[in-house]
Amino acid sequence: MNNVCVYCEIEEGRIQEVSFELLTKGRSLANQLNVQLEALVIGNNLAGVEKEVSQYGVDIVYVADDPRLYPYTTLPHTVIAVELFRETQPQIVLMGATSIGRDLGPRISSSLGSGLTADCTDLQIGNYEDKKSGRKYESLLYQIRPAFGGNIVATIVNPDNRPQMATVREGVMKKEVIAATNEAEVLKIDVAKYLDDAAFAVKIIERRIESSKINLKDSSIVIAGGYGVGSKENFNLLHELAHTIGAEVGASRAAVDAGFAEKERQIGQTGITVRPKLYIACGISGQIQHIAGMQESAMVISINNDPNAPINKMADYVIHGNLENIIPKMIQYYKKNIK
Amino acid sequence: MYKIVVLAKQVPDTRNVGKDAMKADGTVNRGALPAIFNPEDLNALELALRIKDDYPGTVITLLTMGPIRAAEILREGMYRGADAGVLLTDKAFAGSDTLATSYALSKAIRKIGDFDLILAGRQAIDGDTAQVGPQVADKLGITQITYAEEIVSLTGKTIRVKRRLERGFEIVEGQLPLLITANGTAPECRPRNAKRLMKYKMATTLSERHNVSDDYLVNNNDKPYLNITEWCAKDVDSDLAQLGLGGSPTKVRQVENIVFQAKESKVLTPVDDDIDWLMQELITNHTIG
Repeated sequence: MNNVCVYCEIEEGRIQEVSFELLTKGRSLANQLNVQLEALVIGNNLAGVEKEVSQYGVDIVYVADDPRLYPYTTLPHTVIAVELFRETQPQIVLMGATSIGRDLGPRISSSLGSGLTADCTDLQIGNYEDKKSGRKYESLLYQIRPAFGGNIVATIVNPDNRPQMATVREGVMKKEVIAATNEAEVLKIDVAKYLDDAAFAVKIIERRIESSKINLKDSSIVIAGGYGVGSKENFNLLHELAHTIGAEVGASRAAVDAGFAEKERQIGQTGITVRPKLYIACGISGQIQHIAGMQESAMVISINNDPNAPINKMADYVIHGNLENIIPKMIQYYKKNIK
Repeated sequence: MYKIVVLAKQVPDTRNVGKDAMKADGTVNRGALPAIFNPEDLNALELALRIKDDYPGTVITLLTMGPIRAAEILREGMYRGADAGVLLTDKAFAGSDTLATSYALSKAIRKIGDFDLILAGRQAIDGDTAQVGPQVADKLGITQITYAEEIVSLTGKTIRVKRRLERGFEIVEGQLPLLITANGTAPECRPRNAKRLMKYKMATTLSERHNVSDDYLVNNNDKPYLNITEWCAKDVDSDLAQLGLGGSPTKVRQVENIVFQAKESKVLTPVDDDIDWLMQELITNHTIG
């Protein structure tokens, strides 16, 4: 009772990265609150799934296993989660801010009359005083997220309603194996008890999911291009440099919107969060929304012909000039000096 | 033929928050931003209009919850093809989070009456939560299809929708009534229609008519289509306790400006020497190579 619960989402029989990241964060929150960490997995062919999650410090895994539960559709997952939460009464429920989490989360919160905060960039435990009523609350979940188009950061709390729910985007939290030998207790959910045919009203006719060819999140060097790169052709320079030094190519939202790079490469608040040891920003002005996705880079180089680009203020090295001149020189030096 | 309700919101244009929108103390000046029709709600309206193209006789009602000036987007919707607008406005709604908002909207939809389909944009550009659509669906006891990019087919009560997911797509089939939220990748909304603009530009809500001097008090008894329906909390039979700040489980504890850690930058020029030097630095300290 009163634990932290993470809804784990599945694709192709495997639990997704964002769920592991949230289990790690969930474990940390559960430790601070002195409660247990629960995982909820709903899908098909889930035998042994507890082995995937145990090492993240999960105490209990609730499993709902039925062929009709994968791929995800709204009602079956909602009904199972709501009925379970009515019984187990978690104080906090977390899920990924994905097309699943953002479809499921609001449904669950509406059913339970609880508050949900979407796209949180940080979660903390803290106290709160309601200025109107004077009531004081302890150990609430601070749900921290950008607001107003990403230009400010808000801290949201759910003082009275339970569970306190939050969705978090993939890559925002870091995943970490806590205890390789941990063994979570498995509790099977009786699916037939909760679901009738009406719950399966939506049928999936066709589905095509591609595994990502680009792994920006785990790249130790990222070369990102902004609107200033100017064209899809110029982006080839970034690809060449990346290929030469062993990096991956990212892009700002403006570059993606202009068609210079694929959406998968977008870094920022509505894209991916990266933490490379080196981030080379090419023709990126540095909007808040973009910086939010790369501010933890160990080293930043900014190549820009605008000396006042905001990103320059957080760069270790700033090169004033045109990337069409600069990048080829970098490639040349590297090839000459590295065997 | 079909009765469609489209949910829309008037929002400050947060997509281009330049220097003018930020006040001297670093907080956002909402008043400086133009108020627009939430972009993804326009995508939702277009999906509704395409159904009306295929099924003439379809009635599209645009519903918005907001201050009196939100009537502007109802007119905008009617210029593009919506048949009627409903403004849900009341001081009691102030401070509503998504739960309180979806409660109020669901009450208004029940008052509008029977519907076959509800369409809404995936999310608004000020709150960015994507929660109101699904929560309205829950409160109405209907299922939902989110992240919709296209309505593939609609025959009788059977609808097929293409969903755009993170790394691919899905085509799902459901039975009306249900709720659909439209992505920004769904077709762009058609522009204003000149004839409809002429017809609806004088359409107003009751509050808008009260705000104007008596000389211009328009009597619309002979042109009922110029009356934009306006409802308050009581009109839609809502429970005050579930509205506004009091009806919102989530509360804002604080709001801060985003401050990034500035660094001492070393500025280089694009001459060979400088670039060679930098590359050598990076190689020497094992950042690359």
